[in-house]
Amino acid sequence: MTATTFSANGRKSSSGDPVTPPVLRSRRLRAARAGAIALPLTFLGLFFLWPVGTLLWRGLSEGSGDALASERTWAAFGTTITLALAGTVGSLVLGLGAAWALYRVRWRGQAYARALVTVPFVLPTVVVAVAFGALLRPSGLLGFLGLDQGIVPIVAALVFFNVSVVVRIVGGTWASLDPGTAIAARTLGASRWTAFRRITLPALGPGIAAAAAIVFLFCSTSFGIVLILGGTRTNTLETEIWLEVKQFLDLNTAATLALLQVVVVALTLAIAGWAQSRRERALKRTRMDGTRSATRADLRLVTLALAPSALLVGLPLVGLVERSLHTRSGWGFANYASLLTIPERSNLPVPVWRAAVNSLEAAAIATSVAFLFGLILAAAISRSRRARWLDAVAMLPLGVSAVIVGLGILLTLYRPLPGGFDFGDPRILVPAAQAVVALPLVVRSLVPTLRSISPELRSAAATLGANPRRVWWLVDWPILRRPTGVALGLAFAVSLGEFGATSFATRPDHPTLPTAIYRLLSRPGIESVGTAFAACVLLAFLTSAVMMVAERWHGKEAVSW
Amino acid sequence: MVTGLEVRDLSVRYPGTPPIVAVDGVDLAVDKGEILGLLGPSGSGKSSLLAAIVGIVPLASGSVLWDGEDVTQTPVHERGFGLVFQDGQLFPHRTVAGNIAFGLEMQGLDRGDREERVGDALALVGLEGYGPRRIDELSGGERQRVALARSLAPRPRLMLLDEPLSSLDRDLRDRLAIELRDILVSTGSTAIVVTHDHDEAGMICSRIVQMSHGRLALG
Repeated sequence: MTATTFSANGRKSSSGDPVTPPVLRSRRLRAARAGAIALPLTFLGLFFLWPVGTLLWRGLSEGSGDALASERTWAAFGTTITLALAGTVGSLVLGLGAAWALYRVRWRGQAYARALVTVPFVLPTVVVAVAFGALLRPSGLLGFLGLDQGIVPIVAALVFFNVSVVVRIVGGTWASLDPGTAIAARTLGASRWTAFRRITLPALGPGIAAAAAIVFLFCSTSFGIVLILGGTRTNTLETEIWLEVKQFLDLNTAATLALLQVVVVALTLAIAGWAQSRRERALKRTRMDGTRSATRADLRLVTLALAPSALLVGLPLVGLVERSLHTRSGWGFANYASLLTIPERSNLPVPVWRAAVNSLEAAAIATSVAFLFGLILAAAISRSRRARWLDAVAMLPLGVSAVIVGLGILLTLYRPLPGGFDFGDPRILVPAAQAVVALPLVVRSLVPTLRSISPELRSAAATLGANPRRVWWLVDWPILRRPTGVALGLAFAVSLGEFGATSFATRPDHPTLPTAIYRLLSRPGIESVGTAFAACVLLAFLTSAVMMVAERWHGKEAVSW
Repeated sequence: MVTGLEVRDLSVRYPGTPPIVAVDGVDLAVDKGEILGLLGPSGSGKSSLLAAIVGIVPLASGSVLWDGEDVTQTPVHERGFGLVFQDGQLFPHRTVAGNIAFGLEMQGLDRGDREERVGDALALVGLEGYGPRRIDELSGGERQRVALARSLAPRPRLMLLDEPLSSLDRDLRDRLAIELRDILVSTGSTAIVVTHDHDEAGMICSRIVQMSHGRLALG
């Protein structure tokens, strides 16, 4: 092997070929990157910033002082806070024990249990609401409890979703906690309970605070659950906005309420951000493996700690399937058969299967758009510290409730735009709204992996002769493949189940599966309710199937050469 | 005309208040076939100088020439300078052979030639038969050998080695230092080896220069 024979591929040659000067080339690269970032920013501008901005501006300029003075508004405000607090406390109570059982001690089969706990989080809100309704209605499995009225079903459904959030966040903190301090407290005469209360619990504090803030955010923006389980009695800001628009056709009041809701969310987000940074600082201090194998006594505690969550998650789903098989003439599949025909005596103008196809189409488009734009944004965010503002822009939709996104779109885009553009078609606006909702999730699942690729690894590829395009294709992309599966699955599942934004962005003749279910429920009658149950099972099945496929997508481990 | 590498009045500054001057007006020439040791305490700017020569940090001033031709504006991937990183920076998603073949793929070599050159490179660093292994199955010493083979395989006109042995333990370092010198000499490489260890530099290099506070001092 002799050195100094490296062929400088295509550099300036003596024959005087016209060769692009390298400076220009890197300028062109920068221009290409800027051009690529312009795509997602234009998308967010058109389908998110402009609609939401218009809505909030309307709230400020034409908002009615009457709305702010009305008792109805403040009752809805109070209910929003009450429900969110109750959902947060419930999630913490069930989640703390489960976090310990799933993260602090180790036992056989734990990986499966952890995977199961994440299932509720991706289930569509409509499905969960209907399932709790089915469970607690007078004829349901737990109908004898007489809990179908009031806020109990709503809080239970909120806890259903958010237990997994608490488990993830607090579990991560707990697993890396040094067990030595609690043991030291025991040797100083503290009982097991005192050691937990005085030593372990304060150490978990930052994790618990971070989890509580995020759960509070999710609960206070929950729409489908309150709309379906709350009926006409329980109204939050979100459902009040819906009522103003859909029943009273009072857009100005709706815009005022939206403004109020944005203030609530912004406050919660500020607290969540502060709690999260405290948690990260605490994690940095105590990065160690504090887990241990479960003893026999521990296993009893594990069972006790997990049982409430298992019941809360399992019972409604069992109840839903049971109800879907319950027909007027005994047990059978008649409800499922009715998915194929236009339901009688209901205001759903198409068969449910047609709505399912609409949903799949919209979710496929929304996922493609959210993934492509999310990838571009994530790449830009992870490459430079100066791109922090991009991160903030990409995360904005997470902090604005889906109802507000949907209402904004309804207000601004269902009419011809200057320049001859007209997006006023649910086939465009529904996927667009869903992509807006899914985009932050895609960015969030890709950025950590992209950040973990050291810049030196890219430099190594460059010194071996790879141009920027090939560095991306041969270094970044293969490493990204695994989170790509999760990001795609998450985007698709969220789009399939999306209800808040979709219910505003679509039209009655173009329902998606969740909006079709809501329509079926709004005109009670045993047939249409049975059909709704069957449709919920179908939607739950589609969503979990998508997540299962996504989890299995590992990509090839090593690229052959 | 100077043959080999010539560095003229090269400076590297990192942003900050005030800006940090990592390399301060360095002039340096390395003849073809010469193995230059760049010695200095940590923070003296030697790694920055290396990164500037290879083109992965921007220059505040000065120029880099090869055989009299100014390559300052040539992008990293067209410079033909190989760099062995302190911690290897092997591609985790590729096998040992896939790592070594990377630079050859960039040159557009066909599969047969690639396999032959990968085999040669593995033999050169004493890792025959390691081709199909995964990166995470390798020991620290094996990783650095693969990193060396990966940089040598495309036959760069200049090899830059940034503390190539510092992540290894003492024993292994001494053995590998001698091996490294033999490999660089047998391939006729022109090389700059950055190290903070005087003995190591003496074992590997034909000439040594000292660096401190971003400037060169003859050593």
